Amino acid sequence: MTPNYAELFQALLPEAALVIGVLLVLGFDLIAGARHSLERRAAAAASLGILAVLAAAGLALRTGVGEPAFGGVLARDSLTLATRLGVLVLSGLTLGIFGGTSRLRNPAEFVAVLLLATTGFTLMAAAQQLLLAFLALELASLSLYVLAGFDKTRPESAEAALKYFLFGGLSAAFLLFGFSLLYGLTGSLDFTEIARQLSSISLSPLLVVALVMILVAFGFKAAAAPFHLWAPDAYQGAPAPSAALIASASKLAGFTLFVRLLWHSAGPVAGSVATMDTRPGWLPVLAVISLLSLLLGNMGALAQTNVRRLLAYSAIAHAGALLLGVMAAGRVGPGPLFYYAATYGIATVGAFGVIAVVERAGVCQSLADLAGLRHRSPLLAGCLFIFILSLAGIPPLAGFFGKFAVFAAALQLGGLAGIAGWLVVTAILLSAVALYYYLLVLKQAFVARPAAVASRIPVPAGAALALVICALLLVILGLFPSGVLRLF
Amino acid sequence: MNALPWTIYLSFGGALLALIAGARSAAAARVVALVSAIAAWGAALLAAGDFVPSRGLQTLVDVPWIAEMGIRYHLAADGISLTLIVLTGLAATAGILFSWNIEERAGEFFALYLALIGGVYGVFLSADAFLFFVFYEIAIVPKYFLVANWGSTNREYGAMKLVLYSFAGSALVLAGLLWAFATGGAHSFALSDLANAALQFSRGEQLGMFALVFLGFAVLAGLFPFHTWAPTGHVAAPTAASMLLAGVVMKLGAYGCLRVAMPLFPVGLAFWQPAIAWLAIAGIIYAGLVALVQEDLKFVIGYSSVSHMGFVLLGLAAANAQSVSGAVLQMFSHGVIAGLLFAVVGRMVYERTHTRRLADLRGLPLHRLMPFAALTFVLGGLASMGMPGFSGFPAELTILIGTWRTSPLWATFAAAGVLVAAAFTLRAIQVSFFGTTDRSTIQTSAPNAPYEPITWPERIGAILLVGATVYVGLKPDVLLNWIAPALESPLMQAALKGGAS
Repeated sequence: MTPNYAELFQALLPEAALVIGVLLVLGFDLIAGARHSLERRAAAAASLGILAVLAAAGLALRTGVGEPAFGGVLARDSLTLATRLGVLVLSGLTLGIFGGTSRLRNPAEFVAVLLLATTGFTLMAAAQQLLLAFLALELASLSLYVLAGFDKTRPESAEAALKYFLFGGLSAAFLLFGFSLLYGLTGSLDFTEIARQLSSISLSPLLVVALVMILVAFGFKAAAAPFHLWAPDAYQGAPAPSAALIASASKLAGFTLFVRLLWHSAGPVAGSVATMDTRPGWLPVLAVISLLSLLLGNMGALAQTNVRRLLAYSAIAHAGALLLGVMAAGRVGPGPLFYYAATYGIATVGAFGVIAVVERAGVCQSLADLAGLRHRSPLLAGCLFIFILSLAGIPPLAGFFGKFAVFAAALQLGGLAGIAGWLVVTAILLSAVALYYYLLVLKQAFVARPAAVASRIPVPAGAALALVICALLLVILGLFPSGVLRLF
Repeated sequence: MNALPWTIYLSFGGALLALIAGARSAAAARVVALVSAIAAWGAALLAAGDFVPSRGLQTLVDVPWIAEMGIRYHLAADGISLTLIVLTGLAATAGILFSWNIEERAGEFFALYLALIGGVYGVFLSADAFLFFVFYEIAIVPKYFLVANWGSTNREYGAMKLVLYSFAGSALVLAGLLWAFATGGAHSFALSDLANAALQFSRGEQLGMFALVFLGFAVLAGLFPFHTWAPTGHVAAPTAASMLLAGVVMKLGAYGCLRVAMPLFPVGLAFWQPAIAWLAIAGIIYAGLVALVQEDLKFVIGYSSVSHMGFVLLGLAAANAQSVSGAVLQMFSHGVIAGLLFAVVGRMVYERTHTRRLADLRGLPLHRLMPFAALTFVLGGLASMGMPGFSGFPAELTILIGTWRTSPLWATFAAAGVLVAAAFTLRAIQVSFFGTTDRSTIQTSAPNAPYEPITWPERIGAILLVGATVYVGLKPDVLLNWIAPALESPLMQAALKGGAS
């Protein structure tokens, strides 16, 4: 193969825009930062970051859909395009919230690292070769560890970063080991070639080990039980914009990467969950992980009094539902999964955005810190209303249709004759449990009285804009889901 | 007929406007809410005026919505939905009249109230199962905030219980519908297409799907033993919300059973029919007996709602043309009567005397202190007992006669429930309004007279509701002539035939 670098550059234009953005943000702050206050530096850095993200989104749109680039290393299908746009939108919204609320020292560095993480996400969206997949994942993960520990004034932030890093590093090791076994078994790094080889190999013990290791890493990335333990601590301690990114764009990119990896390379050894006596493969394992996440996430969230930990457990529960979308993707395509992950990401960014704004005026850890939010800021309360109800899956918000589409897809795997069908029933019934803890949040915001000392919360313009965009996206995508589904 | 979709748009639009108006003043929000409710009701009456009864649903709007999954925005109506839409308009308007005194956060109150109403209209007009479900869930969440924010006794508990029961019920419905959708080849959510697909389903699938969907809806209709949300929820709710909950929202559940569960899965209906009927009868009698010993007047009305909704469910379970038309008539009748009774107890009595305890009320000569309330309550009570001349009589009679055709045994047991209803209603009337007049012998903690006089909005609301129950009581054919042709549609016939076999 003669490498065609011009083609490679064409395919990587969005990433190039992001990297140029990193340099610009750092350079601008270096030159002009010293003369200005922290808040203005944060706003400027965030604005530049948003420009870079917009440029990347424009370039991604212009590149469009086409044949895989650079000898099949980079996919350029509709899933790539959609995921790239999705993570860019989510990163942009996170930047909007960051610009309005940040009190961190070195805001430009934060934005730069965030853009690097975003570069990792967009590469994850395109990777269909083991090496690139691993590199993209690590670029994103390492940036996220830094973001989680960015608040050097709070020990909780360092704790969050350390836990996230230890779990993440371990899972990366597992993933790399799995990849090396897969390479050893098939002699190829390319997803399609691996799939071709695997279709003629039986499920040997070595292959099982490789698959299990890959699934461990997937479980970590998705915050699925039993690999979820980092999530509550990371969500609790990390600065709110970092937590927003970890919970949204990182998940969307992770699901895209792994759904491609699992179905395009390990597809022949998927097994089956369409009947009660499963055919061995990675699907039954995924079903177990999904069930555990649904149960543990929903039950765990019931006991939480900290709003961030509650969101973390709800994220675990959502990961369980998203895994159903992964299982169904082999049959109906990744459309429902993408829709769910993207809209879930928007609602989560919004929820953490509200937390970030509340935190700017005080603390926002326990549920009671949200008490009387309706009196303290009607805008925040109204946005939170939409985000939480979307997470709970109430129509006409996007979260409802995401669940609906994923469940409908998973039921097509064999109806209630198979394990997948019963998982769907479990997930649907647990959604009633979920509504309880989501309502607890809204009860604080709308029913409870504010504490005597609580004052009105000013909402910075940038954050307000980002929150309103999140809310509008959830309403519009919920009313017209075809706009997203049509892409696939 | 073409005015009917406007009921939905006017309600949701009114919700938004009320929220905006509420930022200015409570009075503005009230007026906006009343105008939108009356406009929506007017649209319904306009449609009723030129309604030509026909077999089957008459399509109003039908455009593709989510083409990828075969989901259409399909609104349609027949005599059954029209009956319930007219009821919704009436109950909504009366409810706003009875919440004229809401001052605190009035904008939000009326916005949530109208959003709930919009969802209810939407359910009654949907001919696509997905759309039906979307509107059904839209009608769930506002209830929580209405009860938790503006309610009374134990309101946060009542609100959460109410919403979780409804949501758990809707989860069952969703599971059943998705199962049917996937098994049927996943092409369309139109009720007629799903019913056609269901013909190919195995018996086990039909039984399972019917059980899920019917049970899910029946939770909201107050089916024994899943009714416990209803009394606590009704009692905790503010007056207008209890009027809507008992008057309209419980009908959503019964309507879902009739419109979705029964026509789609007739084989399932035939199998589960006796179980549903006996649960309905148990509900009629049990809730009636519980109402007989309640110490809180609002709980009496709350349990009586469960008892009366038992008749609706029994009529549906008996599954012949007569019993089902009786059930629909009973939905209308109970919607009006429950609204009336909750209005008297919650607004006229409780907000003046600040007690609903029968022991306290016994010591008050309420029939002299508020004669209008007493008169209204007596009329409502008579209607509720099923006195001739009020709507409850033709409704329950039609249900009992229809049920007799399917099973005389069921009809006999249910008729016993009528006696219980008479007993608890008479007791409530006697104790609450015609207690002792001898003030010296009775200890009461209630504040003494004089009370604020009954206001004009209350009078108009009460007159509207009493007028409706008397009108339908004297001329039930107006509604029955709408309902009967609707039951002759092929879809309904499949259910009724399947049910009778």
